[in-house]
Amino acid sequence: MQITVRDLVTMIHGMLFGGFFLMACFGALVLLHRSVISQGPANVTERGRGRERVFLVVMVLLGWAAVLSGAYVVYPWYRAVVPPGVMNLGAYPQRLLMADAHTAGWHTLGMEWKEHVAWMAPMLMTMVAWVMMKYDDAVEEHRRLRSIVAVFAVVAFLAAGVAGEFGALIDKHAPVEGGPVITLERDGK
Amino acid sequence: MLAAGAGCFALGVLAVAGDGSKAVAKLLTFYRPTGPLSGVSTVAILVWLVGWIMGNRFWREKTVAIRKVSTVAFVLLAVGLLLTFPPFEDLLLGK
Repeated sequence: MQITVRDLVTMIHGMLFGGFFLMACFGALVLLHRSVISQGPANVTERGRGRERVFLVVMVLLGWAAVLSGAYVVYPWYRAVVPPGVMNLGAYPQRLLMADAHTAGWHTLGMEWKEHVAWMAPMLMTMVAWVMMKYDDAVEEHRRLRSIVAVFAVVAFLAAGVAGEFGALIDKHAPVEGGPVITLERDGK
Repeated sequence: MLAAGAGCFALGVLAVAGDGSKAVAKLLTFYRPTGPLSGVSTVAILVWLVGWIMGNRFWREKTVAIRKVSTVAFVLLAVGLLLTFPPFEDLLLGK
């Protein structure tokens, strides 16, 4: 059982950073929903508040890790230019997709949308996390603000979802792979 | 909030500009392997961060009209989102 380094890095970008970021965004939405519908300050201990802050910071870091690893590591592999004379496009995912009218849409719609909309997610969730940490004790006073922020959080979650979904589907049709091979299991043992 | 909306709006505008003009695309290529996306994302993040710093500096001790601010932020976000959607982008660029 083997994978290449590019497979592994792409998986870390999408499933570790991106996947956990999506899950964390959903958790933040649940926290926001609780604070929006509560009738008074949430009965959370100081330790609990501290853990919430850690959760929000980790969520933000995951989001930025996802977009930065995507744009500066995986995306260059994806869009690599085919050297002259090379006929096998397997190592050039963008060119592979564009070579066939049936798959070109994965790039012209999927990647062209994903590469930009993904950046909105960590920007918006950083704002959301900051508001939640700054106003965690002032539920009554800032209830409207919190509702507004929840809408931004939903948009961020959807943006990340679009990026993640298209990323997974594009990788199915034109995997980013190559580089040194990592052997996970030898001879079926 | 307003800064985040502005950052998203900047992202959309720069994405369209980069796709529509080779000169702009070249200008936005901060890191060649990533292409214009490197400049689009970097400038959008700068717009967001500068907006955040300025907003914090000027509004820290003031009460702002949250409804107005959030409306402007939503509009900026919505336009930014629309501009990143390839079919709409192609429509704008006449492709």
